[in-house]
Amino acid sequence: MTRQSLLQVDARTAKRNAAEKRFRLYGLSAIVAAVIALVILMTSVLSSGLSAFQQTYITLELPLPEDKLDKSGVRDPAVMSKVTTLGYAKILQAGLVEQVAALGLETDLSDKDVGGMISKEASATVRDRVLANPDLIGTTLTIDVLAEGRIDGFFKGRVTMESAALDGNTSPEALMLAEQLAELGVIETKFNWAFLTAPDASDQRPEAAGLGVAILGSLYMMIVVLVLALPIGVAASIYLEEFAPKNRWTDIIEVNISNLAAVPSIVYGILGLAIFINFAQFNQSSPLVGGLVLTLMTLPTIIISTRAALKSVPPSIRDAALGVGASKMQSVFHHVLPLAAPGILTGTIIGLAQALGETAPLLLIGMVAFVREYPAAYTPDAGLFGEASTALPVQVYNWTQRADPGFVERASGAIITLLVFLLIMNAIAIYLRRRFERRW
Amino acid sequence: MLPLTTPLLIIAVLALMGWLLAPRRAIASVDGDIRRLASLPRQHGLNAVLSTIVPGVAALIGAVVAFRVSNFETGGTLAAIGVVAVAAAGLLFALARSTETFRARTSAEMWIKLLLITASSIAILTTVGIVLSMVFETSNFFSQYNWTDFFFSAEWSPNFRGDSALGILPLLWGTLYISFIALAFAVPIGLFAAIYLSEYAGRRMRSIAKPVIEILAGIPTIVYGLFALITVGPFLRDYFAQPMGFGDSASSVMTAGLVMGIMLIPFVSSLSDDIINAVPQAMRDGSYGLGATKSETIRQVIIPAALPGIVGAILLAASRAIGETMIVVLGAGAAARLSLNPFEAMTTVTVKIVSQLTGDTDFAAPETLVAFALGLTLFVITLGLNVFALYIVRKYREQYE
Repeated sequence: MTRQSLLQVDARTAKRNAAEKRFRLYGLSAIVAAVIALVILMTSVLSSGLSAFQQTYITLELPLPEDKLDKSGVRDPAVMSKVTTLGYAKILQAGLVEQVAALGLETDLSDKDVGGMISKEASATVRDRVLANPDLIGTTLTIDVLAEGRIDGFFKGRVTMESAALDGNTSPEALMLAEQLAELGVIETKFNWAFLTAPDASDQRPEAAGLGVAILGSLYMMIVVLVLALPIGVAASIYLEEFAPKNRWTDIIEVNISNLAAVPSIVYGILGLAIFINFAQFNQSSPLVGGLVLTLMTLPTIIISTRAALKSVPPSIRDAALGVGASKMQSVFHHVLPLAAPGILTGTIIGLAQALGETAPLLLIGMVAFVREYPAAYTPDAGLFGEASTALPVQVYNWTQRADPGFVERASGAIITLLVFLLIMNAIAIYLRRRFERRW
Repeated sequence: MLPLTTPLLIIAVLALMGWLLAPRRAIASVDGDIRRLASLPRQHGLNAVLSTIVPGVAALIGAVVAFRVSNFETGGTLAAIGVVAVAAAGLLFALARSTETFRARTSAEMWIKLLLITASSIAILTTVGIVLSMVFETSNFFSQYNWTDFFFSAEWSPNFRGDSALGILPLLWGTLYISFIALAFAVPIGLFAAIYLSEYAGRRMRSIAKPVIEILAGIPTIVYGLFALITVGPFLRDYFAQPMGFGDSASSVMTAGLVMGIMLIPFVSSLSDDIINAVPQAMRDGSYGLGATKSETIRQVIIPAALPGIVGAILLAASRAIGETMIVVLGAGAAARLSLNPFEAMTTVTVKIVSQLTGDTDFAAPETLVAFALGLTLFVITLGLNVFALYIVRKYREQYE
């Protein structure tokens, strides 16, 4: 065997080094794969959802003829409300047809198809406007009304001339007319505030659907969760961490909490349905029941992080308090708890963020219902947070179940809204941790 | 009906009276010389407040539950008077004791401790509630439907006109198949990511890559569900299933499994990261000292030492996958079927719980009640996995401490 230089790598070492390099590469590619998955997920949601924050409007110069809207001429809303949205739809149609003719645009479309470019929601909007202010009758109202979903989709690239040719609800001619109107500034795309404030809309009008009720419902539930889960969670943690004797009972509680943290969320939904709705007879789909279910789900998270925060306060603090005559309870409430507060708050915010995104249990307690009324926080009939409502993640699920492709954009837009809320909450949690974290 | 607002208001007023009166009584008992008091006046006040509120509210909750359980129609006013009487008795008792030698601080703290114990028992109550709510309805279900058919029948076709076949096997199969695919994606990626982060990556890399991966853990499952529905499903259908002739369904086992795999990556990686970091440095040093390369050390020393913990982590991830709902509702489909083709739509236990309990439900029909039996099965499976996994992780942790 010939002796080799130490500097020259022999075959076996080269092989081992190659294996080392390969192994390292596997690790790196795993991380890259995870990051790519995150990037694709985000791009997919953003690309299909950002357009929900834009909406196409038609600016109408709308004459409001007295003979159609208020024959009696007394301007009494009770009498005027006899004219239904169908009556207003005709006026809107006539208004747009007139406007198209006045602009000198030629079209093969029938009057009905021209009127079809306006959303069905618009007639209700105009009717509410007129009933609220009867003096408008007889004047010409300049108003921005929603364009029909497919016209809106055309300006966002979802609907094309080819797909319109196959679609019974629109036609290439309508799209061409829309394009001409857009050039003249009659059709405009604006930021869609209504998406964040308006209630849900029915199956045929995705252009009018908004998140108002869902955001309000989620807000109510978060209030319930915060008010219940924070005190109960902190009290339970204080007992387990500071007072509990080491015995069977505390062991059972501890094992229980770690298991509750891993129970599938849908099981909490079954619990909510059986206990809060069927047994306790709280209102179905109410934020109160949703909040209670989410409270039970969030409690383990809050307890685990609160206990960690309490544990990180050094024993010398407790000893010092006891040494000057404080009772055990006083040492905890006056000294340990304030020092642990930033950690507790961080854990609570993260628990709330989790609860905000939770969907499955809310489906079971009836929050999938179609709700168009803004729920009141308190009514004598329904009690506190007792009115039917929906929630942000459930609204997303709801929209994915609808046939019109316009709702995919709405669902993705709702996801973006949800993610923005989560981002804000997590940013606050990180800020609190950075700002107040203490190393002993 | 039991009035709630009035008794609560009266209790609050009584408590306020205690807060004001008890300290005065205590001070009066020592003729204004506070130094002679065993407890501060404030503590007397606190004790009186707690002695009023705690028994009063407890009695009120007891009355509410009693009314609910036995469906009393009348006697609400009487019960409310009883509740107020309990609170008043607590107040009078506390006032009577507010004198020179009474240790009000100890007494008040006893009440606080009682509240703390109650709060920590809510965890137990929740578990009891979960089990009771499902056991009760499940036994109802099994009185209408044969349990052997439920557990061993391979057919699932609920029919609200009666005469349904409610076999759990196709649902379990779908659940396990999807979970298996999810783990097949998540475990290698998560494990290798954890190994790279804990053994190879520098501080900078770690401080960036770890939070980025953990973002995946903070994203709600409905987001993953929508991702499966609008992106992954159509992609798999157009580029894999249709060209290869496996079918033309966008919702499939593969769709749900892949997306669930992405969801589980941070779960597997952060648990494994902790476990790999818990392996003592001395073991690594010993291996390097014998001339092993880094990857040889990882493969032959660290992984074997961390194996029980990693298995525990995988079991926890499996229990997550089995209980996951929104991804499968939106990504896996609703057809109950026993098939091996991963590009076919199948369904899971959780999907069927949702579909049987939403919409019009009739709590006397087996088609609705079956959801509770499904829920209980799911609960038992995930609980078993969790207990087993936690046992392994804990046992392993003791080894090196």
